Amino acid sequence: MSTSVMLPARGARFLARRRRNYYLFIAPALLVVGAVIIFPWLYTLWMSAFDWTIGSAAHYVGFGNYRKLFTNQRFGEAVLHTFYFTALAVAAPLVLGTAAAMIFHREFPFRGVLRGVFIMPMMATPVAVALVWTMMFHPQQGVLNYLLSLVGLPPSLWVYSPTLVIPSLVLVEVWHWTPLVMLIVLGGLAALPTEPYESARLDGASEWQLFRYITLPLVAPFIVVAAVIRTIDALKTFDTIYVITGGGPGTASETINLYLYLQAFAFYNIGTASAVVVVFFVIVLALALLLLHVREKTKWT
Amino acid sequence: MDLSAALRRDARPSRPRAKRWLRQTGFWLSVLVIVSPAVLVFLWMLSLSLKNEIDNLAYPPVFIPNPPTFDNFLQVFEQNSIGRYLWNSIVVSGGATLAALLIGVPAGFGIARVGAKRLIVLILIARMTPALSYLIPLFAVFQFLRLNNTLTAMVITHLVITVPIIVYVMAGYFETLPKELEEAALIDGASVWSTFRYVALPLARPGTVVGTILAFIFSWNNFVFGAVLAGRETRTLPVAVYNVLTFEQLAWGPLAAAAIIVTLPVLLLTIIIQKEIVVGLTHGGVKGG
Repeated sequence: MSTSVMLPARGARFLARRRRNYYLFIAPALLVVGAVIIFPWLYTLWMSAFDWTIGSAAHYVGFGNYRKLFTNQRFGEAVLHTFYFTALAVAAPLVLGTAAAMIFHREFPFRGVLRGVFIMPMMATPVAVALVWTMMFHPQQGVLNYLLSLVGLPPSLWVYSPTLVIPSLVLVEVWHWTPLVMLIVLGGLAALPTEPYESARLDGASEWQLFRYITLPLVAPFIVVAAVIRTIDALKTFDTIYVITGGGPGTASETINLYLYLQAFAFYNIGTASAVVVVFFVIVLALALLLLHVREKTKWT
Repeated sequence: MDLSAALRRDARPSRPRAKRWLRQTGFWLSVLVIVSPAVLVFLWMLSLSLKNEIDNLAYPPVFIPNPPTFDNFLQVFEQNSIGRYLWNSIVVSGGATLAALLIGVPAGFGIARVGAKRLIVLILIARMTPALSYLIPLFAVFQFLRLNNTLTAMVITHLVITVPIIVYVMAGYFETLPKELEEAALIDGASVWSTFRYVALPLARPGTVVGTILAFIFSWNNFVFGAVLAGRETRTLPVAVYNVLTFEQLAWGPLAAAAIIVTLPVLLLTIIIQKEIVVGLTHGGVKGG
């Protein structure tokens, strides 16, 4: 440390004062984060204990909102839809994103440009993209059914079918977010050591064996990070579902987030909506922690 | 996933030429397969926006607009206050990004220098919370302050998006800067503020650029906040495209044109600085765990 040139006591005081100065840099941001992020959390937690519809008086009901939620069939279905959607919307981008990262890890002409094109979907405005997908899903005039007919498949109802609506929405999600997984895994591949490959090649390992037994275990921690981020984002998906189906047909694609939107901003049931937020947050946190736990196990030494 | 195995460079150069050629073709085929969905959806969007309504609803679909028409774009601009919504979006995203820079860059510096890891965790938890959940309390507060339906309320709400991004990117960037220069300046009697202002800040310029652009893009793309909080006059572009256009005109051409108007600025930014975005996001994503 360069401060060692000073007298010890003065040096310590100097450091303490400097530390305090650094905290002054953080203070304004803390204030803002407190106002727009922490305050809403606490307010939501508090409101979840009240029965309150905008325009009428609030009654304290303790855990009443939560009890009602857990016996509410529509909410239960929303939770199941969310899990179904999330499972697909995490798994598919992970596989495709890892494959894409293996491709972009190689040197080839126009790599930069093509990588730029590949990540465009994740930067595109979700609402705009969702509108275009809505047109592509159209059962009569949609381009997707035309493409199916080209390869001899029967037309599909896509988002108009209660059974296909969630997989169809996942298709949009995969298109949107595979690039993010690719970027994270690519970051992992860039950090890989080269020695294991050289010695394995000398031992006559095949390309598949190199991938399966060296690359995959080494980038596993990065794939898990991608899985965590993807899980959080998939659980939170709103724009795409809201614009394309609005939770329909019926309630076939109503996820927790859409249920929350209806409760809060269509029915103005602030108490119920707040309870949904808290339950939702607990689910997100639990899944994220679970995946981070898996990450600890996949870490290499 | 033998795809990726096939893609690895061949270590044994003595392979017959035909096999090598096959590998090359296979590789480019896989590049085509992964890149084409991105390209095709955008091209289809463009195609829809440049065709008249008859061609847009034709089956089998007409792919190449012949002749291309700009009527859809003209219609969008003439029949809607797109100009105003565009301005709203610029004010809201620009304002929220500027404010986030003012408070977030120093904060990132402070966090990096005192090693306040807990604050980073706080920001990660903020990222986990669904955006909708911030809206109920903020809606109530704005009602109380009589700020509902104002752009000020929108700017404040968008801080939920921009501040965490800037703080996160900047804290990560300042951490990678060598501390020796700052130490030297401090020894020479410079205050912490001047070391930040004249030593660290100029060095952190690339990080600031990435943070600014990412914050702006994610704020620009946001739909929920505007959908709930904005009135007719304060809608941002994504909200306007959804509300005004989907309900008042069901024609595909204008819809696609409007979608392009919303997302084109963002796509242009992405292409111009794709390298920096890749670095910034890889970094952020990796540190996200």
